[in-house]
Amino acid sequence: MSWIADIVHGILLGGFYALLASGLALMFGVMRIINLAHGSLALVGAYMALLLTEHLHISPYLALAPVLPGALIVGYLLQRTMLERSLRAGQLVPLLTTFGLLIAIANLLQRFFSPDVHSLDAGRIGPASWHVSNTLSIPWFDVLTLGIAVAVLGGLQLVLRRTQLGRELRATAEDPDTAELVGVNARAVYARATAIAVAIAALAGVFYGMRSGFDPNAGASELLYAFEAVVIGGIGSLWGTLGGGIVLGISQEVGAQINQEYFALGGHVVFLAVLVARSAYGAPRIRYALRRFA
Amino acid sequence: MSTLLQVEELDVRHGLLQAVRHVSFEVADGETLALVGANGAGKSTLLRAIAGAHRPVGGRVVFDGRDITAMPAHRRVKTGIALVPEGRRLFPNLTVEENLSVARASGRDGRWTVDEVLAAFPLLEPLRRKRAASLSGGEQQATAIGRALMTNPRLLLLDEVSLGLAPVVVEGVYDSLRTLIESGTTIVLVEQDLTRAMGVADHVMCMLEGRVVLEGARGGLTREQVTDAYFGLRRREATA
Repeated sequence: MSWIADIVHGILLGGFYALLASGLALMFGVMRIINLAHGSLALVGAYMALLLTEHLHISPYLALAPVLPGALIVGYLLQRTMLERSLRAGQLVPLLTTFGLLIAIANLLQRFFSPDVHSLDAGRIGPASWHVSNTLSIPWFDVLTLGIAVAVLGGLQLVLRRTQLGRELRATAEDPDTAELVGVNARAVYARATAIAVAIAALAGVFYGMRSGFDPNAGASELLYAFEAVVIGGIGSLWGTLGGGIVLGISQEVGAQINQEYFALGGHVVFLAVLVARSAYGAPRIRYALRRFA
Repeated sequence: MSTLLQVEELDVRHGLLQAVRHVSFEVADGETLALVGANGAGKSTLLRAIAGAHRPVGGRVVFDGRDITAMPAHRRVKTGIALVPEGRRLFPNLTVEENLSVARASGRDGRWTVDEVLAAFPLLEPLRRKRAASLSGGEQQATAIGRALMTNPRLLLLDEVSLGLAPVVVEGVYDSLRTLIESGTTIVLVEQDLTRAMGVADHVMCMLEGRVVLEGARGGLTREQVTDAYFGLRRREATA
């Protein structure tokens, strides 16, 4: 019955990938920016929580209270100072800008925190799990992560559907010039979208730090998983991101079941298969998903 | 009547092409001005420059005594300028109601609310939860005008509102325009149909190759004068 365990663990792992990927999906959906520094920004969140837990002796959960508002501010400033300018120069430039940011963040983290592996203490919930049978046990921490991912995606959906900010975000995503003509400050809307995306990244980063060890270069590999989740789920679609994360998680667990070394490979194979299938049969559907953001 | 909009020596370019050349005119508060002219005469570009969607290379735009030439489009909306763009440009995946309420971003309070717009355009009431992309041309045009009204504008700029619509639908659009004009909204409209333009406007201005070639009050111009200016024929002036 280990297949059932794989699928359950895959779904739970998918929750983490979805949490990591939702900020990426938001930025792409609103601004068509592929933020290559997304994983690195998540890592910065983890390191900030590490600082707070070490110096103030508080739990990482409590550390979120200052880290998340800080991440909002960082995201806002990031958009206003760097991304906004690079967006004006065309589609390719933001890609290069965020790639540079990825490298700069990794080097800065290495400079200030050493290349050692650190981790955050998840508290009592960390090692606790629910033993369903001899082959299946469900870790509470993973359930919490999936719950937070669903709550974040649901919250985003609600903001996008029900609030004035959400309407302005969707209108700007569809047609920034016309949004300006009805009184929407498109640049401020972009900055708010990035602020939200970076805050979600920081949240995912803190959870990442609690589930496994992290070092200054972990951003790139985490970005890859987040990116795969976004692509599998249909670019720019929020709930698709959760589905994509879960498919990725299950593929990795099933891959690992076949051979321990096939964990990452299982995910990559499914990612490539989806990409090939999309480009061969479903290209119009990808464009459709883009337009139907959220 | 006091002057609401003043355009002075405005020059607007599309790359190398100069679309608007030294255009100057004034619009008084409560007045309706019709811009006529052939395709490519610069009418749409002029409207977009007034709305802030296109930055001019020279000249000034003064609104209500304030120089707004360098002001970004979203802030012009907050001062009371609204453009109904050519081709309607609705947000296709937002519902009719969302298309209207997104314009609340202007922060201008006044008569126009979602309910008021739906009352003014009864055809939209049953469609309020439909995606804008699924509407017919006339329904889209009504939504686009309603969306502009939601910003409670003092100056409404209308770009080819009858383009691509069935005559009976155009009639409906113009009926609602007349109501607006009577309520005192200042309007500048671009219109291809001369009869319609001269039917609603106090003033008519004809553009040719980026310049104003004829301007006058409705009563002071004949249809022939406007037609000649439209096609760039000056023989009547030469013989006069």
